[in-house]
Amino acid sequence: MSLLARALDSDIWHSFRSSKTTILAAAVTAALVVAALLAPWISPQNPWDPGALQLIDAFNPPAWAPEGSWRFVLGTDDQGRDLLSAIFYGLRVSLTVGFLAVLFAMIVGIALGMFAGYAGGATETVIMRLADVQLTFPTILIALMIDGVTRALLPGEAHDRLAVLVLVFSIGVSNWVHYARTVRASTLVEKRKEYVQAARVIGLHPVIIMVRHVLPNVMGPVLVIATVGLAVAILTEATLSFLGVGVPGTQPSLGTLIRIGNNFLFSGEWWIVIFPGIALAMLVLAVNLLGDWLRDALNPKLR
Amino acid sequence: MYARSLGGKTRVLGAGGAANKRLRGVGFMLGQSVARIGVVASLAMATAMAVVLAAPAQAKTLKWASQGDLNSADQYMRNQTLSLSIMSHVYEGLIRRDPKTLAIEPALAERWEIAEPTRWRFYLRKGVKFHDGRPFTADDVVFSAQRALGKGSDLKGRLPANVVVKKVDDYTVDFITEKPNPILHYEWTTWGIYSKGWAIDNKATEVADPSKGDAPNAATTQANGTGPFKLVSREADVKTVFAVNNDWWGKDKYKHNVTEVIFRPITSAPTRVAALLSGEIDFMEPVPVQDIDRINKNKGTKVVTAPETRIVFFGFDHEHKELLHSSVKGKNPFKDVRVRQAFLQAIDIEAIKTKVMRNLALPSAMMVAKGFEGWDVAFKRLPHNPEAAKKLLADAGYPNGFEVQLDCPNDRYVNDEAICQAVVGMLQRAGVKINLVTKTNTVLFGEYQKFETSFYMLGWAPGSYDSWNPLEFLHRSVPVDKDGKSKPGGTFNYGRYGNPKVDALIDQIGQETDKKKRDQLLHDAWKTTIDDVAYIPLHQQMIAWGSRDSIAKLEPHAGNELLWYHVMMK
Repeated sequence: MSLLARALDSDIWHSFRSSKTTILAAAVTAALVVAALLAPWISPQNPWDPGALQLIDAFNPPAWAPEGSWRFVLGTDDQGRDLLSAIFYGLRVSLTVGFLAVLFAMIVGIALGMFAGYAGGATETVIMRLADVQLTFPTILIALMIDGVTRALLPGEAHDRLAVLVLVFSIGVSNWVHYARTVRASTLVEKRKEYVQAARVIGLHPVIIMVRHVLPNVMGPVLVIATVGLAVAILTEATLSFLGVGVPGTQPSLGTLIRIGNNFLFSGEWWIVIFPGIALAMLVLAVNLLGDWLRDALNPKLR
Repeated sequence: MYARSLGGKTRVLGAGGAANKRLRGVGFMLGQSVARIGVVASLAMATAMAVVLAAPAQAKTLKWASQGDLNSADQYMRNQTLSLSIMSHVYEGLIRRDPKTLAIEPALAERWEIAEPTRWRFYLRKGVKFHDGRPFTADDVVFSAQRALGKGSDLKGRLPANVVVKKVDDYTVDFITEKPNPILHYEWTTWGIYSKGWAIDNKATEVADPSKGDAPNAATTQANGTGPFKLVSREADVKTVFAVNNDWWGKDKYKHNVTEVIFRPITSAPTRVAALLSGEIDFMEPVPVQDIDRINKNKGTKVVTAPETRIVFFGFDHEHKELLHSSVKGKNPFKDVRVRQAFLQAIDIEAIKTKVMRNLALPSAMMVAKGFEGWDVAFKRLPHNPEAAKKLLADAGYPNGFEVQLDCPNDRYVNDEAICQAVVGMLQRAGVKINLVTKTNTVLFGEYQKFETSFYMLGWAPGSYDSWNPLEFLHRSVPVDKDGKSKPGGTFNYGRYGNPKVDALIDQIGQETDKKKRDQLLHDAWKTTIDDVAYIPLHQQMIAWGSRDSIAKLEPHAGNELLWYHVMMK
């Protein structure tokens, strides 16, 4: 049986096909990811090039409003930035930061969690108590602290250049705990099973046992956390940018656009905040729905 | 003796909120005897009650917000309008100005005379007490002059070079200057007098600037002046609370009914608007230009707008051999006047006015506001012309432009960050790539003072309403030795522009008493600096004050200072 046929025959594919919500969520996510990937080619304007912006175009309403023009379908912001283009580019930042932050948190979390679970004893206590301590701080606070420290350490220019990496690091560091706790719990269960005992008996190195034998069997829950975590990471990035500590203002992400729009909420230029807000909500909701579905599909008790 | 001074203290406490905390502090300071503390406490309660019974006037709290925080409770730490004006309610100057006419009025000095052209004599007000009960005398004035000229002070410019401040008797002080100085006292509204005894007892004789790494001292968070309000508590970036000083010498002259003032920084413009609309605060500034209509239409809130004396401008690094933040290595492009002119002509000031400022700005060709001594309609702004800018850059040897960092505050001037972003685009079209760095002014202005910026935004609103101030502080060349002790001047010339011709003119202007001659000198000085494109003036912003109908009366002020002792609450 070919790989594709096997995949099409699996329980997961079956549960996917039978849920309309999930299909819709996947379609929305895919569309937004494609829009982000193709942003430089499908955007009417490069919103990150200050030279391309004309201040005179600022505050144009959406095309269908009385004074709107089809040049700017969703209108423009206070600098004359086309909102549709800015949203495409903003999605890029959101998804890049989201994916990288999740990847970072996942690698750190899995490594520490598995190590703690497998090694046990003092190592486990130190790592897991550290995780407990970190859990008592809200995610956003830790992210803000890390961003603040790097801002103080790096000169302004360098900080702007590294802004995305700083975001990835600060969001990733504040999220590793969830992975570590789950992986440790699964590892504790797995390491008592016969196949691990057998691997130990034939004298395999613990690292090989962990990577080759334990890891594949603890990945299920990790994938679920990662999907939900992606939505959380995207939201955290938007929050940080909304607070003005994320990416530089000349390269707005969705959160930055919402922050700019927020200034004009009282004065009637509603489109600056509404459209980026809808894009962000759509993305987060779709990813969350996918995560929910994945959790149910991978849960043996629900089969 | 201390019973009396304590009486003074506890009365404040009765009115203020932190009574218990302060009382404990006082008791602790006084000594170890529990009985004594008991006596003090009961004395305090008796006085507090007496005051409550004697004063039928209700408590009127003025709650207001601005977009940034005051930099320190120490008035000498930062020469910045908001900090100076808030702390001028605690630390009074020898003079003050009427908010409407800006005419000079006596304050801590009752009167003064020019005894000789280089010797001014000030007669001090008698019977004035500091908030902690110490009497105000000539020693405090002499001490405050030393402190203002001393380490860490940002108010060195309040006094001329090598001035000698001499106590004649307890209530007479002489200021002896090297050269005649007709405008010696013009800016003393915001040079508050500190108590010498208090500063020594609290080890606050020097100014501590935490943004430059100094450890904070007592004056950073506490204050003890003679003014109409006392500082009750200060939490940086959260709130600062003041209580009325019922013993103020001027209470019969300046009628107001504010008993408590709570100042909060609210950086986010929509939050500030919402706070005003909801009645959480009584007053706020600046009103975001886009929200003026909304606030005026809302019942119970209104906006007052008027031209402010502040000019917002861009400055260049004229000094470093190589710019600190630029792609150009080995030389400084801003040393070439063609580059500076290219920047000026690349900026479309009309677009900024209509789109960013929504017409609430007066584009300016000069570094002083309309109506100042020395302002002249003859000076015209070079027209916006991107092609000319490109050509100038090419002529100067940068046909492909270059890269430079622009430092910009994001909580100081009206739409400061939006202006900078717009300018980034305009310069980009002329070929210059700008790396925009925006920061809160409390941090950024500290960096400016270290001469670490290559291209920056600043605003300047002279307290003197005269051209000499911006010429002296923004255009005079900076003395070679960095601390500026040998020769003050150019204190806020953060880009270190310098032209010997301008320096000489500034010297002459400082001494010239003949109005006609002085006007000609001012004209010559401005002409030279404008031809040099020393700075790029942008515009005069408008003050936009939003208030609720809980305030019955306030005095708009061209210098954008809210004076609490002119406020009547309902």
